[in-house]
Amino acid sequence: MSAVLSISGLTKRFGALLVTDDVSLDLKAGECHAVIGPNGAGKTTLIHQLSGTLKPDAGAIHFDGQEVTALSAYARARRGLGLTFQITSIIPGFSVLENVALAAQAKDGSSYRFFGSVARERRLNERAMAALELLGIEDRAQRLAGDLSHGEKRALELAVAIASQPKVLLLDEPMAGMGRKESAALIATLQSLKADYPLLLVEHDMDAVFALADRVSVLVYGKIIATGTPEEIRSNAEARAAYLGEEA
Amino acid sequence: MRNALPALFAFALFAAVPWLSEYWGGSYLTSLAMRAMILAIGAVSLDLLIGHGGMVSFGHAAFLGIGSYVAGIALTEGTTDLTTILALTVGIAALFALVTGVISLRTTGVSFIMITLAFGQMVFFTLSALSDYGGDDGLTLWDRATAFEEDTVLYFSILGALVASWFLITRIVGSRFGRVLRAAKQNEARVETLGYGVFGMRLTAYVIAGVMAAIAGVLLANQAEFVSPATAAWQRSGDLIIVVVLGGMGTRSGAVLGALAFVALEEGLSSLTHDWRLIFGPLLILIVLYAKGGLASLWERRV
Ligand SMILES: Nc1ncnc2c1ncn2[C@@H]1O[C@H](COP(=O)(O)OP(=O)(O)OP(=O)(O)O)[C@@H](O)[C@H]1O
Ligand SMILES: [Mg+2]
Repeated sequence: MSAVLSISGLTKRFGALLVTDDVSLDLKAGECHAVIGPNGAGKTTLIHQLSGTLKPDAGAIHFDGQEVTALSAYARARRGLGLTFQITSIIPGFSVLENVALAAQAKDGSSYRFFGSVARERRLNERAMAALELLGIEDRAQRLAGDLSHGEKRALELAVAIASQPKVLLLDEPMAGMGRKESAALIATLQSLKADYPLLLVEHDMDAVFALADRVSVLVYGKIIATGTPEEIRSNAEARAAYLGEEA
Repeated sequence: MRNALPALFAFALFAAVPWLSEYWGGSYLTSLAMRAMILAIGAVSLDLLIGHGGMVSFGHAAFLGIGSYVAGIALTEGTTDLTTILALTVGIAALFALVTGVISLRTTGVSFIMITLAFGQMVFFTLSALSDYGGDDGLTLWDRATAFEEDTVLYFSILGALVASWFLITRIVGSRFGRVLRAAKQNEARVETLGYGVFGMRLTAYVIAGVMAAIAGVLLANQAEFVSPATAAWQRSGDLIIVVVLGGMGTRSGAVLGALAFVALEEGLSSLTHDWRLIFGPLLILIVLYAKGGLASLWERRV
């Protein structure tokens, strides 16, 4: 299968710190590719370069058959790059429904419409409700997003990403700060999303990684030290020493 | 709807002023009401930027100045056709907003405040330098636009412009465009990564608000029959921000209430003492402290 997203030779420095060290990896259609690595390995920095919020110093990013390295974050999103942030990023003063409807609106024609009440646009609201139902937070639709619990905010974040109908999803630690029960439910949800969206999953939760990933890449000090199936990574000595060892 | 009631009430009050003035206040009252309405148009447009868009412009009075000088110069040169004056005003204000907006909107926060202040002062000094048109002293007009010759027509045109501006801004805020603008105020990075070009949308809002304020400037010139560079000065931009904050930023009725309260306080306090701002300042602080959402919050329900 062909790669929807591919990175080659990506390099990024923060001053003297090499955070992304000649990283190459790809994400194929229908695949979940997990990126694991210790704290500070540069996983979030990698995601930000993919989303376009950070500019790499060198290397190229291809998405959906085109080079997008020079494109702004919003142009990449328009092309179908969807993401969730490690640090919850929602519109706190909007209702839960409006947060998701805002995402649905991004894919639904022009937003240079100055008249007509957007709150009454049925199609947008229906699509938003569908995404909320998928995440099981439809009963929170009218609540203020800023008032949700942490776990609910994480679910909202994912609902927003889905409602924008992306071609791929980049997820930066979707389970961060969640309880066991919430995590298990989210793993099940992601499992069902896998069929529709190629996932690039950055995650510390090994249960999630081994349940979801088709391939795993291990990032240490900005460098990919191993890529393989979950089983291969589990038995890879270098990867264990660098990362899995800490966990056990 | 409930949130719109204070504004609708204010409009009804303005509509009743010409009749009231026959019993009390006379032309003093009508001219006061006209000033309040013009200030309200300026504030309503500024609130699109500050309250809904998070763009704290400290140069909004420049647009009032541009509008009043386009009208003032046109009338002095013998062009009294309102349509021509408005067309010129819209064109010039839109162009000025576009150029200054492209530059200012590259910045946010305090830098944006400072850069809009600088552009505002640029307009102020430019108008002061127009020696053919009164320079520092301003320019007395001998004519109003033909359409505004009748006092009553002028009065109700200003009221009509206020109602139209308020209605337009209300619609914009509730539209697709408005939703993105409001979202970007709270979390720009998220809105960008959803695929919205925030810069272009903010620029559009900046142009809309600027043109609206410039039209208020045309009305001001006709009402005062005098134009002055002071209209564009930073103090006036500050007054507009005060009106928006006093009334309640990003609320349905706030800008209109704020303008009404501002003019009433200014008149009331300045009749008591020359140093009325000494009382006005602390009063404003009290209102901001105790009615966080401004006057409108005393009435509005939270969403
Ligand atoms: N804007 C920045 N300027 C300077 N250094 C930064 C910046 N952002 C991140 N870093 C540093 O880059 C390194 C990688 O950070 P990054 O957030 O990408 O790690 P991570 O793998 O996502 O870690 P975690 O698992 O804790 O989320 C860290 O050492 C961090 O301190
Ligand atoms: Mg991280």
